[in-house]
Amino acid sequence: MSTTKLAKEPEGTEPTAAPALLELRDLRVFYGAIEALKGVNLSVREGEVVALLGANGAGKSTTLRTASGMLSPRSGEVLLRGERIDGIKPHNLVRFGIGHVPEGRRVFARMTVRENLEMGAYRFKSPDQDEMDRIFGLFPRLAERSSQLGGTLSGGEQQMLAIGRALMGKPELLLLDEPSMGLAPLVVQQIFEILREINQQGTTVLLVEQNAAQALQLADRGYVLETGTVAMHEEASALLADPRVRAAYLGEIAE
Amino acid sequence: MSSGITKTASGGPASTARLRGVAWYQHPRWSRLTAMVAIAVVLTMVTGEQGTDRDIFFALREDFTGPLPWIWLGLCLLVWTVREFWSEPIRKVRRASVAKSDPPVAWVRGQWRGDRRIRQLVLAALVAVAAFAPMGLERYWHQVLVDQIAIYVLLAIGLNVVIGWAGMLDLGFVAFFAIGAYSAAFWTGALPVDPPFELNNFLVIPVAVLTCLIAGLILGAPTLRLRGDYLAIVTLGFHEIVYITAKNVEDFTGGARGVSGVEHFSIDMGFSYEWKLDPLPYYWLLLGFIVLLVFLFMRLEHSRVGRAWTAIREDQVAAAATGVNTVRFKLMAFAIGASTSGIAGVAYASKVGYFNPENFPLLASVLVLAYVIFGGMGSIPGVLFGAAFLVWLPEVLRDYVDPRDRYMYLGALLVIMMIYRPQGVWPSKRRQRELKMATEGTVDGDATAAPAGGKVS
Repeated sequence: MSTTKLAKEPEGTEPTAAPALLELRDLRVFYGAIEALKGVNLSVREGEVVALLGANGAGKSTTLRTASGMLSPRSGEVLLRGERIDGIKPHNLVRFGIGHVPEGRRVFARMTVRENLEMGAYRFKSPDQDEMDRIFGLFPRLAERSSQLGGTLSGGEQQMLAIGRALMGKPELLLLDEPSMGLAPLVVQQIFEILREINQQGTTVLLVEQNAAQALQLADRGYVLETGTVAMHEEASALLADPRVRAAYLGEIAE
Repeated sequence: MSSGITKTASGGPASTARLRGVAWYQHPRWSRLTAMVAIAVVLTMVTGEQGTDRDIFFALREDFTGPLPWIWLGLCLLVWTVREFWSEPIRKVRRASVAKSDPPVAWVRGQWRGDRRIRQLVLAALVAVAAFAPMGLERYWHQVLVDQIAIYVLLAIGLNVVIGWAGMLDLGFVAFFAIGAYSAAFWTGALPVDPPFELNNFLVIPVAVLTCLIAGLILGAPTLRLRGDYLAIVTLGFHEIVYITAKNVEDFTGGARGVSGVEHFSIDMGFSYEWKLDPLPYYWLLLGFIVLLVFLFMRLEHSRVGRAWTAIREDQVAAAATGVNTVRFKLMAFAIGASTSGIAGVAYASKVGYFNPENFPLLASVLVLAYVIFGGMGSIPGVLFGAAFLVWLPEVLRDYVDPRDRYMYLGALLVIMMIYRPQGVWPSKRRQRELKMATEGTVDGDATAAPAGGKVS
């Protein structure tokens, strides 16, 4: 029903430039009386990796959860290819090609790895075996443990499973909420390498991260959020070099 | 973990050794022995002298001084010994026989797993046995079979959908049973108010299902945001509303006096047949309902709907993120459970002809819940068995113990069961591994997410 809200964005977009895959316009989100997002503008173009950085409580996860339909904004718009999608429930958004890897991984602990992946393909009549093989190719670790229960996997494997599960829905845009949370540096590196591969195979990625160094190495562009607003927005390499970012998010590195 | 204890324990190596060690009585073997002793005590009480109102210690004195407790204790110890010390040799023998592909065993097993038609044939045979076996029983048992067992089995398979599959704790389930019964009374003209037109009992079923469906939606819709305990309280309130309404709205429901003269089932199409007072035809009718519903629910369990329910039970956020419409599927579980209960209500009202609000006490809801858990949540054979067995049990106990005590023994059985076999008699595979993981500590009791910031590969 909520899909009927889908309407061509009439004004504001120039007809020549292709609309961004995902665009957030002046997004304001509240938790009760607390204003978590105070007008966030953000865009993700097709094929990009965009990183969303910021301190705890800056509004990163809120932004991501608004994009994936888990929260609805009080004002502002979420646009997918120029069409408004805010207010669409998360389970319907999956059908528009948005895959969400929620914070804390949330794999189905008592389903096997294979069942978890099959659940990821829930929007299709039956899971695509080729897609599953591709995911097992990306994450050989999961292939080895395909009949193990999700809850018995290590943290890194669970993260891989959560990503794999989202990919089973064949998303164009993958939203990731802190994929590095609680993982050892080596595992984080592995996961980011796989994310690069996923991006190269054609999936656009929007990623929320605390681990700024890893995220900016992967990303094309980065946004830095501070207390609910976009404080900085630049090419990833520029952000990596920016002394303020280095001070705040990478720790003062003397070189 | 042990290193932490070593550091903090101040008493030196001896005390750490004590803390680290597992006491002999903590071994599962001994806790199982305790269970067997408890069962022996219960059996002694059931089979021994029954108490009197004047001397409360009479039964205890009589039962536990004679040879009776020793006989039961001996039997229970024998079972325990076989289970604990001879299970390995037995298993070895069995394994060897399978390895040698002992023709009959392996053949049967292979056929069962491999061929769907064999499975269907066996199930059909079981149904046939269930249909014809009661013909040899006394009339009293026919009554029990229909009024109690078949009705509660129907209720239990309905509640299993709500609790076992969708994971929603519903304590007001019998309210829908009542709604079904009152629908039957209304549409056959047994209530003080006249229906717009009278219906045949069979035609009441879809109407009652619809009524219960709507009632289920009305109850379900506002409670969808609630979980676990909170949902249970709301359903409790719902039951109370239905119960009190039935009791107090005398002009419509007949109040506490109840309803009488609900018509029996009848067919009048070319040939005519009426279900009368004889319980056996009713038993066959109900068996038909049960078989039909079990068939439908088994298909449902392995369909997309069943998978969505499993996902919701595991993690609602993740379920929504994979594209499951959590609201719709939770409502659906509620509505399916409610309508099953409604069918049971129509059948019950038509069979007994007379009922009053006291037939739908809260206790009935709790008992149905107990049957589902006893049999094994989420497992259809388990639930069928659990309901049939636990309804049958107080009826046989009638011959052995003071009838007023019957439910006490049921309570004792439930306590023993929940301590030593919480997964139920015949658990579903998934449920079994859920409990196993919870006891191993792999996943928390209500297992939502992985340990945040926890283990690293």
